[in-house]
Amino acid sequence: MGSNLIDLLFIFMLACFIGFEVIRHVSPLLHTPLMSLTNALDAIAVVGAIVLVGEHKSKFAVVLGVIAIVAATSNVVGGFFITDRMLKMFKSSRPSK
Amino acid sequence: MNEFAASQHLIEFLYLIASALFILSLKWMSSPSTARHGIWAGEIGMVVAIAGTLLHHGMDYKWIAVGLVLGSGIGIPLGMVQMTAVPQRTALSHAFGALCVTLVGTAEFYLRTPNVPPFMMSVLSMEVILGGLTFTGSLMAAGKLQEILPQRPITYKGQNLVNFLLFGVAVCSAVYLVLHPEAKVFFPVIVGVSLIFGILLIIPIGGADMPTVISLLNGYAGLSAAAMGFVLQNKLLIIAGALDGSSGLILSVIMSKAMNRSFTNVLFGAFGQVQAAAAGGEEARPVHSATPEEAAAILTAANKVVIVPGYGMAVAQAQHKVRELYDLLSKKGVDVRFAIHPVAGRMPGHMNVLLAEADIPYDRLIEMDEINGDFPQTDVALVIGANDVTNPAARNDASSPIYGMPILDVDKAHTVMVIKRGMSPGFAGIDNPLYYLPNTLMLFGDAKQFVGAIARELTGGH
Repeated sequence: MGSNLIDLLFIFMLACFIGFEVIRHVSPLLHTPLMSLTNALDAIAVVGAIVLVGEHKSKFAVVLGVIAIVAATSNVVGGFFITDRMLKMFKSSRPSK
Repeated sequence: MNEFAASQHLIEFLYLIASALFILSLKWMSSPSTARHGIWAGEIGMVVAIAGTLLHHGMDYKWIAVGLVLGSGIGIPLGMVQMTAVPQRTALSHAFGALCVTLVGTAEFYLRTPNVPPFMMSVLSMEVILGGLTFTGSLMAAGKLQEILPQRPITYKGQNLVNFLLFGVAVCSAVYLVLHPEAKVFFPVIVGVSLIFGILLIIPIGGADMPTVISLLNGYAGLSAAAMGFVLQNKLLIIAGALDGSSGLILSVIMSKAMNRSFTNVLFGAFGQVQAAAAGGEEARPVHSATPEEAAAILTAANKVVIVPGYGMAVAQAQHKVRELYDLLSKKGVDVRFAIHPVAGRMPGHMNVLLAEADIPYDRLIEMDEINGDFPQTDVALVIGANDVTNPAARNDASSPIYGMPILDVDKAHTVMVIKRGMSPGFAGIDNPLYYLPNTLMLFGDAKQFVGAIARELTGGH
């Protein structure tokens, strides 16, 4: 892949700016669902754990990797699930349907 | 070999799509009308990313499947918790996210050592330090919110010094390891110290500071994932981590502003120092109290009512009774709105979720800055389980520990009614002069029962 360090830092820097811009516009009404959503997205760390387990380089790595997959997957599933439940509850009083 | 390269490119391409979907997902969160698209975008992005990862060359799928199935099994009940338990669930999921990052970081260290270049070792250390402290810190926060652990802050002499020293030990060990990657023994030291540091960091934090702390832990979890992205050279992880990190940091800034603390004050762990313990003996000042019947009569006569909910409403599970009251008053032609202070409750947006759960339309939930100008034209401000966020001492008593904190100006309403169990001070331990004002009526009792009693008066009374 050969992505060098500077490239990665550029990506990080740009992603931070996008993050700040996007999150600033989130209504305070939705701060709780926002947090559970970012939590679910953050659980993308599961891909690192999947590669770790799949490559099977040592028993130790597989054990830690499986626990990591369990922890992250529960965040993915639980995070999206509860965010959806919360957002379903937000209704406007204006007849918009 | 050619085939291998092709699959690598495909994976990178899928990660690119997932990154775009993640950004869109957060963008759509800006308004309740588009927010549910945001979830779809996030979910599709997640599936694309995981599917892409499984394409990696020469994978052994057995244990991956075990992990995915077990994780989903734990995730489903975690997604079904009651809305009142959302703060502790959120803290718990921060802990899980951080656990994943820490474990992967640990495994990567032992796989790669001793051939770890300095930059790699630096980000790896950052990953496990942030991951470790977020893991135990979030577990502590979840325990406090679930009331398994005492909510009261625990402080001792030299606390900050001990914390600083511990953090110093972790950082120094990391620096040493960067310079001497063969000194393997330092790695468990870094992990262990970070885990202990996480516990000690949260011990002195009281319930009222939880919104800031949860946001901050959210930010740390994101940054640790971004560090993991650097270790694995995974751009998707860097982007997701940066998005989560910036989200957590923005929320902590908003929360700390709403409590009149500087951001550095929050970052460097001076949480919960507002424990002024103003347990003075001046309890003799007179207060006016009222019965549910009287309260119902005043509310019926009003044109504009603003309800101010706080953590007490959540504790008493009073939101459904509040909804009943809202319906009854609206039917009588009373204009009822809700004033939401940014730090009301135990996490950002806590009150909004509870009131939405009770089916109160979100356009009736008004932010502090928007509604504060309306209090002088408000007939009744009904405070339910909120205390410090309504304390006028924050505005006019320079000696008060919360002086300068932005508050809801309920005292400017024609009549203030406060539902409260007794005269005990709030979580910050500060007396509230609001209760002694001539236009304030105290409604003593459990929030749920009292609101229920008012609602009964409104229905059965006539």
